[in-house]
Amino acid sequence: MDTLSAPLTIAFDYTRSLGPVLGRFMAGLRGGRVLGGRTSDGRVHVPPLEYDPGTHAPVTELVEVSPAGTVLSWTWTDRPLEGQPLDRPFGWALIRLDGADTALLHAVDAGGSDAMSTGMRVRIRWAAERIGHIRDIECFEPGEAGPDSGGDGADGAVVEIVTTPIRLHYRHSTSVEESGYLRGLAEGRIVGRRCPACRKVYVPPRVCPACGVATVDEVEVADRGTVTTFCVVNVPFAGQRLTPPYVVAQVLLDGADIPIPHLILGVPAAEVRMGLRVAAVWRDRADWTTTPENIDHFEPSGEADAPYETFAEHL
Amino acid sequence: MNGTSAGRVAVIGFAASDVSVTTSGVETLVPVFEAALARAALDRRDVDFWCSGSSDYLAGRAFSFVNAVDAIGAVPPIAESHVEMDAAWALYEAYIKILAGEASTALVYGFGKGTAGELARVLALQLDPYTVAPLWPDAISVGALQARLGIDTGLFSERDLAAVAAARDETSSVETLLDRPYLAMPLREHDVARVADGASAVVLAAADRVGGRRAAWISGIGHRVDPQGFGERDLTAVPSASAAAADAGGLDGVEVAALHAPFTHQELLLRRALGLPDEVRSVAFGSNPMFSAGLSRIGAAAEEVMSGRAAVAAAHATAGPLLQQNLVCVLRSGS
Ligand SMILES: [Zn+2]
Repeated sequence: MDTLSAPLTIAFDYTRSLGPVLGRFMAGLRGGRVLGGRTSDGRVHVPPLEYDPGTHAPVTELVEVSPAGTVLSWTWTDRPLEGQPLDRPFGWALIRLDGADTALLHAVDAGGSDAMSTGMRVRIRWAAERIGHIRDIECFEPGEAGPDSGGDGADGAVVEIVTTPIRLHYRHSTSVEESGYLRGLAEGRIVGRRCPACRKVYVPPRVCPACGVATVDEVEVADRGTVTTFCVVNVPFAGQRLTPPYVVAQVLLDGADIPIPHLILGVPAAEVRMGLRVAAVWRDRADWTTTPENIDHFEPSGEADAPYETFAEHL
Repeated sequence: MNGTSAGRVAVIGFAASDVSVTTSGVETLVPVFEAALARAALDRRDVDFWCSGSSDYLAGRAFSFVNAVDAIGAVPPIAESHVEMDAAWALYEAYIKILAGEASTALVYGFGKGTAGELARVLALQLDPYTVAPLWPDAISVGALQARLGIDTGLFSERDLAAVAAARDETSSVETLLDRPYLAMPLREHDVARVADGASAVVLAAADRVGGRRAAWISGIGHRVDPQGFGERDLTAVPSASAAAADAGGLDGVEVAALHAPFTHQELLLRRALGLPDEVRSVAFGSNPMFSAGLSRIGAAAEEVMSGRAAVAAAHATAGPLLQQNLVCVLRSGS
């Protein structure tokens, strides 16, 4: 059977606190200066280290190095990837700035690979707007340090936090079992699978976590069930679709041995209780696709509460 | 090496799969576990300790290793651990657990769906998060910088790299490979291990649980790490690999080596760092299934010993950018 897959993008803006060494390094970049860290052996490291690898003492001495340097190694990229410093073909290089003893990695805007070579001289091209981030260096370009190599040279306040947005793209793929479940939902059915060893029915179907064996037989379960446990969401958060307070519950569907999480609406939060009988409220049939979102929420079915013993095993 | 059987640990089973259908990997692991345990003649319930290596960044979802525990069958509760590294490092954890007397048997597994995302971008996130990762340098470009340093210092040539690739694939010749375009100068497609999905599992046992089973005895394991900053180390040497080999008791007498080299130039750097003579045979690998490749090297080296093809075998695993972290495991026959 063909399995379902879908694109998935995850994104997060990482915020990182810098500490005294990188904080001064980033403040230097904002002011158009590159600072290296001097270790006890006299070597100048760019980017600076926070601790001396020889003595393990904190690095405290930062010294300015040149915005120009020498390429120690390079490669060429014809198809820049998302997030990289340049959106046209460019070189990556390990560059040792004059006055530094170690190389840093950055992009070189050289036009073509013919213009790249080991030993070539390059200089920093500063970003138009600098905020105290490694991207304040827009890239490097061939040449020696010019008379105007940056801003006013003032370090200003130590930078305390840098923010780096991360975006990654995937194709999320499902198992045969999950695909059967999702295709069932597109037809308004809820399909689980039964473990051949312990006979329990999993919705959505999965490898039996108790037995460690694949589940085989498809079993259709009801679109109604029992609230086993629940929580009242009172806290607002980014991307929230409902206005608090609202209830998220574990619903044990009739015929299943494992509850699914879902929203309980159509009843005041204070009246939701363990044992409450609920039924699925499906979205408009015309909107059904291979997604659990076909079920908008659950609401009370009007049946008498389920006795505790009927769901005690599933808490 | 401990001369007595007390305190000794052996590999008694290995299985691998290069097929991974789902992002979670659970369905892939079930048959791999079954095969490894069958070869070890051990029941799932006889495994004292489970340890895995995988990464959420590869799967694109949080706590992905928790899903994988489904494949174990975790009721009644099991003893389980995880490393966000190649599962060769999970094997090290399990090895120590057995040496410490806290377990007699262990199943170590690694899994990953390298093809789910853009691996070259995902791997940028293992770089320094302040000064390097925000530039999104892709893993192949970074590898190319290391290869050029090796070429510029005269350690090898592009032809030497092609020869490594040609030795793995009988259908190609050095000449035809050198005619191909660059992927990232000086690297061509054949210099970069194919991105692959995969999973593998290795079963370990203490001496008193090995019984009459086929076994490859671990006579030493070492793992070391070099500085993270690319400018902070000589990228043409791999000091942590040399140190790991020394910690593992040295590689004298090794007849076959299974090296984990994501690039052809890294195989040459590793042979040099490990001091492997040319006559030491290599176990060939074409792809680099993330988080199981290193463990599979240990499994393959153990197979060489268990099958009698070698009396002493060495396995190597790497993690991090540009061979930053290295693990060496030496395996010996019992006789
Ligand atoms: Zn079961």
